[in-house]
Amino acid sequence: MTPIFYLLAAVTLAGGLAAVLLKHLVHCALAVTVAFAGLALLFLQLDAQFAGFAQILVYIGAVAILIVFAILLTRGSDLPKDGVFSKTWFLGLVIAAGVFAVIGWAVLASVSAIPQQDAVPSVSVHDIGDALVGRYVLPLEILALLLTAATIGAVIVAMHEKERPR
Amino acid sequence: MIVTLGSASSFFVNPFFSNFDQIFVLLRNWLIGFLPTAMRPAAGAVLGVIAIVCVFPGLFALTTVFERKGLGRIQNRIGPNRVGPYGLFQPVADGIKSLTKEDIVPLSANAAVHFLAPLALVVTVFMGFAVLPMGRNMVLVDMDSGLLFFFAMGAATELSVFMAGWSSRNKYSLLGAMRAVAQMISYEVVLLLSSVAVVMITGSLSLPKIVAAQDQYTGIFPHWYIFTPWGLAGFLMYAIAATAETNRSPFDLPEGESELVAGYHTEYSGFKFALFFLGEYLAMFSISGLGTTLFLGGWSAPLSFLQFIPSWIWFFGKVMMSIFVFIWMRGTLPRLRQDQLMNFAWKFVLPFTLLNLLVTALWRFMGEGWQRWVVCTIILAATYIVMGRLGMRGEHFGRRSYRYAE
Amino acid sequence: MTSMMTTPLAGYLLVAALLFAIGLGGALVRRNAILVLIGIELMLNAANLNFIAFWRYGPHPEALTGMMFAIFSIAVAAAEAAVGLGLVIAIYRHTNTTELDKIDRMKG
Repeated sequence: MTPIFYLLAAVTLAGGLAAVLLKHLVHCALAVTVAFAGLALLFLQLDAQFAGFAQILVYIGAVAILIVFAILLTRGSDLPKDGVFSKTWFLGLVIAAGVFAVIGWAVLASVSAIPQQDAVPSVSVHDIGDALVGRYVLPLEILALLLTAATIGAVIVAMHEKERPR
Repeated sequence: MIVTLGSASSFFVNPFFSNFDQIFVLLRNWLIGFLPTAMRPAAGAVLGVIAIVCVFPGLFALTTVFERKGLGRIQNRIGPNRVGPYGLFQPVADGIKSLTKEDIVPLSANAAVHFLAPLALVVTVFMGFAVLPMGRNMVLVDMDSGLLFFFAMGAATELSVFMAGWSSRNKYSLLGAMRAVAQMISYEVVLLLSSVAVVMITGSLSLPKIVAAQDQYTGIFPHWYIFTPWGLAGFLMYAIAATAETNRSPFDLPEGESELVAGYHTEYSGFKFALFFLGEYLAMFSISGLGTTLFLGGWSAPLSFLQFIPSWIWFFGKVMMSIFVFIWMRGTLPRLRQDQLMNFAWKFVLPFTLLNLLVTALWRFMGEGWQRWVVCTIILAATYIVMGRLGMRGEHFGRRSYRYAE
Repeated sequence: MTSMMTTPLAGYLLVAALLFAIGLGGALVRRNAILVLIGIELMLNAANLNFIAFWRYGPHPEALTGMMFAIFSIAVAAAEAAVGLGLVIAIYRHTNTTELDKIDRMKG
């Protein structure tokens, strides 16, 4: 594994850790943006250019901005008095560590059984387009419906309610 | 080294002119010929990056002078004329000023984010130049999904605008940043959809291929996409979205001097302000470059007998023409209010762009002939007129009244 | 012990597992609703990394299965983030708080 992989993995994990540990919400949002960028570079390292650029475009260009807007619209700048971690934080930490331990053991124990082919796959955007309207046309159409429903739902949920007569 | 000629063969592109056309490619090949073979690709890339980093800020310096003189002439005054002949060395004076000014950072500002915001902006904007084909064989990285890369970099600039506005701990900056980001994400959708029409017809996301598809001539007329009905509509929508993306007039409410002090770069002084300025103008160049690549034929000549003029001159000429139109719009049109701007985006421009996609598909599947010209033009023109009339239905323009100060 | 006991694929899978655990821990430990959403986004991203890593190093990458999964997952995650954040904003308008500890009553 190359030094670039270690660097990118370190950046991504540092961003993720900062995102869940920092006190100020906007710092968390910016840290998770760094994690997204690190992941996009990892995708590029794995020769998945389309997925990498789509990750930048969607996650950094839209989801990060959504998160930031939501923080600003809900007065995230005021820190709560009782601290930012919940009362049962230790249990959460134990569960997360347990999950990582199980998955990590599974990965390391099955290293020999994982099929490995190191040849770089040559995938062009043309192939992705063919797959999208060929083999994956049903998920594509369902995704379109889902996105429409999500857009309309988000607008309705976040709309101002009409003034109720008091 | 084999020098390949462009796809359009013409009597006028003989070897003498092709050398002049490929002069930068030949120069690069000669320079990296001095190095061992293993280092050549990396050295070639580094030379390309150096060229971009030198040329575009140089053009930026020239554009600041042209903008101030152009705006001055539109407003019936002369503009800067003291530094150098006709004021042409003004950018040198501006550069020295911004480098020597004191760098003030507000006490309660978030120092790390405040420092990183202009860097993030300039870096992501420079990355967009990597995929623009600036001449025959003159693209820095020929990626299969070059257009997607360009838009990914454009999307990343929005976050740096927000970083700048929020880290200054200034209500005006934050307000300016939120407005700028809301405007940019609205018009990003329009930008993407109007480019999708071009991708549909070309069948590729790779920018050199899009230019090669437009580099053909019937008779003497080029196959630029702007000369087709859907291409003209797409180009107009793209131009509107590009003006909004770069926060230029008439969409410059986030940084209007009379509205918000200076918007999200209020608290920046000295070199960081110069970096924001640089970032904004480079974004203008970058988006104009993409517009010329997608709709105006990139580096191809407008008439087939003009192909002896080098391709890079055509590309930069078209980009500077677009910049001239930007400056012209700034001096002429009044500013749009924020809600007018957003209404315009979501209620007019976006539906029209979606219709343009439909019309492009119709164009593609109707096959060659005069019918598709007539049908597509009628659909687009009728929709434009109907939507325009519907949009203006609620406006009541009464008699103009004046009120004088006593 | 030899130095290469893990293959590149296992390296990517471990990074994805660690990122997933970080996201899970963040969603379980923090009080603010928006940070729970950030944790969920991190978990989704970790799963995407898993898909792409298996696509790259597994057999038949020309079938594009992993890449397609990841692309659809990115799109669905964006929609889910939009709806989730809309919900958080609506709850804030109603109860004037985003802390999950305080939103513990069924009566509106």
